Amino acid sequence: MKTLRGQLSALLLLMLAGCAGNHQSALDPHGAQAYTIHHLFQLFFWVTLVIYVLVLLAVLYVIVRRRREEPAALVAEIPTAQSEKRSTVTVGALVVLTIVILFVLLVFDFSAGRTIAALRENSDVQIKITGHQWWWEATYEDPVAHQEMTTANEFHIPVGSVVRFDLESHDVIHSFWVPELHGKKDLIPGHPTSVWLKADKPGTYEGQCAEFCGAQHAHMRFLVIAEPRDKYNAWLDHARQPAPEPVFENEKHGKQVFMGSTCVMCHAIAGTSAGAGLGPDLTHVAGRLSLAAGTIPNNPGHLAGWIIDPQRIKPGVIMPQHNIPPKDLRDLLAYLETLK
Amino acid sequence: MTVPQTTFGSPEALMRDADLAQLHETWSRPRGLWGWLVTTNHKDIAERYIVTAFIFFILAGILAVIMRIQLAVPENHFVGPDLYNQIFTVHGTTMMFLFAVPIMEAFALYLVPLMVGTRNVAFPRLNAFGYFTYLAGGLQLWGALLANTGPDTGWFAYVPLSGPAFAPGKRVDVWADMVTTTEISALVGAVEIIVTVFKQRAVGMSLNRIPVYVWAMVVTSFMIIFAMPAVMTASGFLPMDRMPHVNTHFFNPAEGGDALLYQHVFWFFGHPEVYIIFIPATGFVSTIITTFSRRPIFGYIPIILSLIATGFIGFGLWVHHMFATPVPNLGQSFFTAASMMIAIPAGVQIFCWIATLWGGKPVLKMPLVWVLGFIALFVLGGLTGIMLASIPIDLQVHDTYFVVAHFHYVLIGGAVFPLFGAVYYWFPKMTGRMMSEKLGLWHFWLFFIGFNMTFFPMHLLGLHGMTRRIYTYLPETGWGMLNHIASSGALFMGLGVLVFLYNALVSMRRGEVAGENPWGAATLEWTTTSPPPKYNYALLPTVRGRYPLWENFAQTPLVSGLSTDKREVLSTSILDAQPEHRYEIGTDSILPLLMGIVTGIFFVVLVFTPWIVPICAGGWFVVMAIWFWIGTGQPQEKHKAHEYHEPRSPGEPGLSLGSDANPSPQT
Repeated sequence: MKTLRGQLSALLLLMLAGCAGNHQSALDPHGAQAYTIHHLFQLFFWVTLVIYVLVLLAVLYVIVRRRREEPAALVAEIPTAQSEKRSTVTVGALVVLTIVILFVLLVFDFSAGRTIAALRENSDVQIKITGHQWWWEATYEDPVAHQEMTTANEFHIPVGSVVRFDLESHDVIHSFWVPELHGKKDLIPGHPTSVWLKADKPGTYEGQCAEFCGAQHAHMRFLVIAEPRDKYNAWLDHARQPAPEPVFENEKHGKQVFMGSTCVMCHAIAGTSAGAGLGPDLTHVAGRLSLAAGTIPNNPGHLAGWIIDPQRIKPGVIMPQHNIPPKDLRDLLAYLETLK
Repeated sequence: MTVPQTTFGSPEALMRDADLAQLHETWSRPRGLWGWLVTTNHKDIAERYIVTAFIFFILAGILAVIMRIQLAVPENHFVGPDLYNQIFTVHGTTMMFLFAVPIMEAFALYLVPLMVGTRNVAFPRLNAFGYFTYLAGGLQLWGALLANTGPDTGWFAYVPLSGPAFAPGKRVDVWADMVTTTEISALVGAVEIIVTVFKQRAVGMSLNRIPVYVWAMVVTSFMIIFAMPAVMTASGFLPMDRMPHVNTHFFNPAEGGDALLYQHVFWFFGHPEVYIIFIPATGFVSTIITTFSRRPIFGYIPIILSLIATGFIGFGLWVHHMFATPVPNLGQSFFTAASMMIAIPAGVQIFCWIATLWGGKPVLKMPLVWVLGFIALFVLGGLTGIMLASIPIDLQVHDTYFVVAHFHYVLIGGAVFPLFGAVYYWFPKMTGRMMSEKLGLWHFWLFFIGFNMTFFPMHLLGLHGMTRRIYTYLPETGWGMLNHIASSGALFMGLGVLVFLYNALVSMRRGEVAGENPWGAATLEWTTTSPPPKYNYALLPTVRGRYPLWENFAQTPLVSGLSTDKREVLSTSILDAQPEHRYEIGTDSILPLLMGIVTGIFFVVLVFTPWIVPICAGGWFVVMAIWFWIGTGQPQEKHKAHEYHEPRSPGEPGLSLGSDANPSPQT
């Protein structure tokens, strides 16, 4: 019982504190949907905790108080009709109570479901998310075709607005989950669907694929960055721009390396002839916080390691190893660093 | 030949020595290896099942330890993603298909014929075939893992990840064929149990007198019969989608198939599956609580009705595994209601158990200790289950470690704890010797503490965002500490299992001699010797109540008139268990093994080519033709009901017995 008490107090402590530095906790909601779910969870948690404690106490009482002193006496006793009747009444009452509690929980559950469903209206930002093995592609939808913009793994959204994410996958099933904003939604090939998020505070919210999707399911992370509307608009305007032309000689040479190697077979850089869609769009890759779907921080050292041997960092990833001479690699990095 | 003595009077003493010797001869299997291969005795088969299933339990447990080592610290390189994915898939597949369901059926195949008072299961050869098929499936999966061809798409093998485009090679085919193989054996076991219970009960054991455990197994068996065909649809269509030249596209969205359909078919089986594992465990719990509370169970009828209700509602919950899919919300909410509803029969049972303990004077022996552990863990797992029934909460915790914690509390707490209790409880009956209570307590506390250390932190990990089936995680996630605790707990669980194995092996040889009824229990299996003779009962018992041994068993008539030179059982009516006729069942035979070999070859070669279908069809035809041609292997006679000899009044020698001198628990 000691372990149990220890666990319970640890549970309560941890629930209050959360995991320090973690932005992926369902216990630390920052969005309207996640708040609703968290409130419901708290209701369920306390109700079930009380039930659990009562059941344990009943069992403990029975064992401690009524334990047979002399276990060797193996004689069965038929209980009296009176004691059986008392038990019948008690058990009957408990069953009725169980049904009532379950019904109450059910009502709260449906009501939370309706609250969340009501948050679907009025979304002026629509982002199409496509899950790939093992990264996320985002297309910011726009009625004007050339205003559409594609990026990967890091999605900026305006604070306080409902944003619609249209989810689809063309390879295997993935699941889109940002715990601090909302529950998850599966991306099933052949079943496009949508999820609505609303961040109440600016911040960076971590997300992760929640449906097992193959070798690198563990490294299929993403960020949702919620910003005030003006900052968001500025980011969006910038993101719509094509990549700037390289200025310095090494950068120009780096671009030649990119265009002349296998990079162009899979990646796109807007404003250049690279237009393939198998891998993440690199138009503003240098502006992202991390690489390889949240696996490593985005800095020249990690980027170099990633380009040369992605299989070491993310075994099984579709990107192959590259044998690039050191000077070419340096220039390539210099070029990629210009893609802010 | 020595005549075993029982405290409840010696039915053997009422038979002529020559008859008893002949009975023994009739039911004995041939000597040596040949006898081992051809035996169709339910106890031989069940012991084999139990040992094999425990070996798979330990193997899958080793895989679990490897996973816990890998996850003990962030960005560990103990195993890579490819191996890790094989390991978690084989762990889940083994635990579900090769351990949990088979061991529950194995205990039933041992206990049900004894508890209903008959000599063998209804179709002994089919039963032997079931075991060989199961073994073939197990060897296929583990052979593949050792050859680095272990399935790696999860025990659920969702398409399209498990489809031909994303899982090249033979790994998924091994999984699918192995699932089909083991489900055949599960179905065989279910049929055995249902027919044995419905047609071979002791005279007088009407439906309302069947032991709760036997009722639990009947409900489970019906669930198996309805659930397993669904998964065989999934595990049959999937390889057809994958097979070159067959390419059926059942689940291929690009060709009009549907990936969501697979999930429906799989979970229509998958959810009842957990009740198929859990209901037998509740049977253990009811039995153990009755015996150790020293009183009849409180609420026999509500408990039976709860079992049956669980069996029905269990088929209406499967969509709660799919709340994150695009199934419409209104449709999903029905499954929320059903998922909460199933807490009612579970609650009824728990209240009845507590009321039984309350109204009795519990004797705290090892089996009851495991049951108390069961209540502590299962109730917790059940309550987190209520959270998972809620769509909004499920959307947060689905596919996270919260769910991992939940179902380990339900499956280990809810099924493995009662199973250990059952082992301590029936070990004396199976081996004739008691297990050590002292080592038992070590086993219990190591396992209980280790279990909570391993799985309790997982609730928090899940809430803090740790998803399932990831082979590693980044240090920034802050999940390192809790994972470390979880991994250390696995060590204690492993130690607990080692203590258990030591206890079982030592007790088997040197344990205290048990006698017929060491616990003073009330059901029929405790009237025969420990271990029981091949024929179970020299003279078949009859019953007059739910607790025959607590109700003046010594004065209850025994049945005479069954042949001693043929393997005969008594067939009784379904409702009231009134005698109908004598029935001859199959003798020992090599045919089940041959049939098992053909089936095993079929499912192994099917991984590589569909051409095995016509070839093995030929093999099956030959074996089955012989099987049906030779029949029971005994000269056939018609036995009419009137040849059955009615049990006579007590005291009449040779037909029934009554010995006032024998001690028996009195009320």
